Amino acid sequence: MRLHTLPVHRLGELMERKEFSSEELVRNYLEHISRVEDEIKALVTVTEEAALAQARAVDEKRARGEEISPLAGIPMAITDNICTEGVKTTCASRMLYNFVPPYDADAAARLKRAGAVLMGKCSMDEFSIGPAEEKSGFFSARNPFAPEAAPGGPSGGAAAVAAGEAAFTLGSDTAGSLRRPAAFCGVIGFKPTYGRVSRYGLISYASSLDQIGPFTRDMTDLALVLNIICGRDAKDSTSAAVAVPDFNKSLINDVKGLKIGLPKEYLAGAEPGVAARVREAAGKLEELGAVCEEVSMPHTAYALPAHYIISSAEASSNLARYDGVRYGLRVDAGDVLGMFSKTRSRGFGEEVKTLIMLGTYVLGAANYNDYYVKALQARTLVRQDFDRAFEKFDCLITPASPAIAHRKGKETADPLAARLSKTCSVPVNLAGVPALSLPFGMVEGLPVGLQFITRHFGEEILLRVGYTLQQNTDQTRLKPGLAC
Amino acid sequence: MSRYEAVIGLEVHVELKTETKLFCGCSTEFGQAPNTQVCPVCLGLPGSTGVLNKKVVELAARAGLALNCKIGAYTWFDRKNYYYPDLPKGFQISQVFRPIAYQGYLDIEVDGRDKRINITRAHIEEDPGKLVHSSGSIMTSSSSFVDYNRSGMPLIEIVSEPELRSGAEAKAYLEKLKAILEYTGVSDVKMEQGSLRCDANVSVRPAGTAALGTKTEIKNMNSFRAVQRAIEYEVDRQIDVLEDGDRVVQETRAWDENKGITMSMRSKENPDYRCFIEQEVSPIELSDEWIEDLRVTIPELPDARRKRLVAEHGLPAYDAGVITSSLSLAEFFDATLEKFPDAKKISNWIMGELLRLLNARGMELGESKITPAGLASLLKLIEKGSISNKIGKEVFEAMFQEGKEPAQIVKEKGLSQISDEGQLTQIIAEVIDKNPKSVADFQSGKEQAIGFLVGQVMKATRGQANPGVVNAMLREKLAE
Repeated sequence: MRLHTLPVHRLGELMERKEFSSEELVRNYLEHISRVEDEIKALVTVTEEAALAQARAVDEKRARGEEISPLAGIPMAITDNICTEGVKTTCASRMLYNFVPPYDADAAARLKRAGAVLMGKCSMDEFSIGPAEEKSGFFSARNPFAPEAAPGGPSGGAAAVAAGEAAFTLGSDTAGSLRRPAAFCGVIGFKPTYGRVSRYGLISYASSLDQIGPFTRDMTDLALVLNIICGRDAKDSTSAAVAVPDFNKSLINDVKGLKIGLPKEYLAGAEPGVAARVREAAGKLEELGAVCEEVSMPHTAYALPAHYIISSAEASSNLARYDGVRYGLRVDAGDVLGMFSKTRSRGFGEEVKTLIMLGTYVLGAANYNDYYVKALQARTLVRQDFDRAFEKFDCLITPASPAIAHRKGKETADPLAARLSKTCSVPVNLAGVPALSLPFGMVEGLPVGLQFITRHFGEEILLRVGYTLQQNTDQTRLKPGLAC
Repeated sequence: MSRYEAVIGLEVHVELKTETKLFCGCSTEFGQAPNTQVCPVCLGLPGSTGVLNKKVVELAARAGLALNCKIGAYTWFDRKNYYYPDLPKGFQISQVFRPIAYQGYLDIEVDGRDKRINITRAHIEEDPGKLVHSSGSIMTSSSSFVDYNRSGMPLIEIVSEPELRSGAEAKAYLEKLKAILEYTGVSDVKMEQGSLRCDANVSVRPAGTAALGTKTEIKNMNSFRAVQRAIEYEVDRQIDVLEDGDRVVQETRAWDENKGITMSMRSKENPDYRCFIEQEVSPIELSDEWIEDLRVTIPELPDARRKRLVAEHGLPAYDAGVITSSLSLAEFFDATLEKFPDAKKISNWIMGELLRLLNARGMELGESKITPAGLASLLKLIEKGSISNKIGKEVFEAMFQEGKEPAQIVKEKGLSQISDEGQLTQIIAEVIDKNPKSVADFQSGKEQAIGFLVGQVMKATRGQANPGVVNAMLREKLAE
């Protein structure tokens, strides 16, 4: 049986029926990883022994007839900027090449308690910073749909799910790193509302924008994972005290009467092939009873520069702690200042250094009002665009990325193009609203992703729309061409 | 009258009296082994996020109210970015843009003159860790260690307006500030444990002018007395510089306690801390109701208490000032007064014996074994005539050290006063035999000779005889 292509809920059913044990499932995944990982490079660390031990523990629990979670015994992987106790967490940076956290991120701890089995840590851009996963201090993952195409954005987490190296993965999203890679790799990526999932243990890039979320194979799996990772965490001031619904109940195959907006600014910048697929999806939803209408989000153009200024400012401060004093890389020098400077010069890659310099500049006393304060004002305008749109619409439909996956190396050659590719994703981070990235067919042999956006803590609508589309078309389940 | 006027502002850092740190649950206890009170949050480990300690907000607001400040209804934290090995995150979380308390004042008295010193702001911030140098001093050490126990301890920084004009005023300001913070339970205010630290901004200008001169910042002062001396030295130094036709350099200077001088540490070019709003910690929202509820819990403050001791118990203003300069002394006074109703006598003993012993041993009142009940019992023994005032001081010292009941000490040491005539008859007879000249002098009308004879009896009884009884018995004997 090709277990590594089945969704989580199917694997759970089969284990429940004693078709196979979790240990057998994990061994099956480990074998598959050893077959494809050389080509995909989605995992920087594989925790084989620990995974087998965890799987056996779940099997024993099941044998004793204890109640277990739908994620128990399911192989997962976690992106390398989310802390895992006792397992190296490097942010794909030389700076943290040897960092082993003494604690689990809250989301990781919740999954562990639910019995999900950690197979390893996913590759990413260094500290999640960079236009494509080519900047990693270690190596870059490949797109299972085409090895010459980059997976897009900092998460090998999408590639791992597409290639069958994990049944689901956890990643983070500051500028679209859950949604764009998902679109490029033909899997589901979901950025919850800011505050919905604890940021405790997520290594900060830009604190006001960072959010943990999952990559999954289908909408049912998405609901299962969200049910575990969402919720208030007393250790994180930014986690929200908002009740978490049972997301399984949001899997409703019905969009009748829902009002869906098509922001024209998002479609205008998209490649024709991508825009066509978005309109096709909107047509399908109308066919199913939703009402789709164009809407204007007039401040969309300010989102990218505002995001760039805010994220660089926050990153320049968040990354200041990597100084060689307490953990990670230390390059010795004659004195302390020399050690700071040598450690940071050698530990960080080019893209990270660029961002730190930009952030340092925009926060400088002489520039603060011209850049940082203006960016915060623009952020408010972008948020107000969403507030106004959600007075009228239940959700918005846009491309997850204006383009399909680019060829490797292209973004590096054209950094501006790389940044423009985030136009559809960054407004969502600025506003803190939730968004779903759902595969919808292909263009030129590469997957296209839809993005659905809704109001704060309105995740249920996104699950309902995504589920309806999944149940009524064959466009949301894509199979990679690579030997996966 | 000097041709120059000193302009002094103080920045005082005060560690708040909480069980746990500002953003994590680590203990704030002083003096533990290095790096034993740390966690991912106060070590700034990647991915850690902190949560604001509610008690800190309460204590900071208490301090603000006691210092007559306005309390901000909506304030937040900001980051101050700079690199130093004791700063684990590469930034300090502080309140740069909106302090929790602002626009307050406190009143001081110097040379009998009252003066109001305005307070600019009091804001919450986290303490960094502490560097420990292998050979004691940073200049001579080949390596240094960092102790992060202090990292993340809650502080308030209280900034005065530059309205102080002398070292003496600065010292009076600090003494008053310390008393207020102690009274309100905000801090232990122990300078030697670093729970109160003071930096001074000092400049001088020609008397009668308004423009400010170039200032220097003085650090490394470890006592209020040192603050006063350092400011006095620095003011004189700056005046000398100006008199020589030179310019004062804006810089940070360190006070050298042994040499009694300030020395240049580093030039200060207003570093750019790239401050911006901290996103990982929630802002602080305080309702008017919460603030008013807190206001009514502010206890009687030193000035009010001093006035009350004068008005209600007739203490001299000076005594009342000394006793109310510290909450523990004032409480000790009140508790003693409940058991022994002579305020002036109690005040004499507190200002005399108690403070003398505390100062001589460098101790805090809480570290001695003396209790208000003990002092009251002692005063009663003296009043009854069981012991003399002189013996009382000896007993007091024993109580201070051992904490026993005064009656027990008197008994154990055999110090009780001899008033029994039977015990004294023999001694008096011997003194009369040995001092015929004084006896003759007395009998020939020299009244003062009796004093010498009483003294001889006291000497023979090692001070235990009741001098009144001795005097009466001698007169009776010599009249025979």
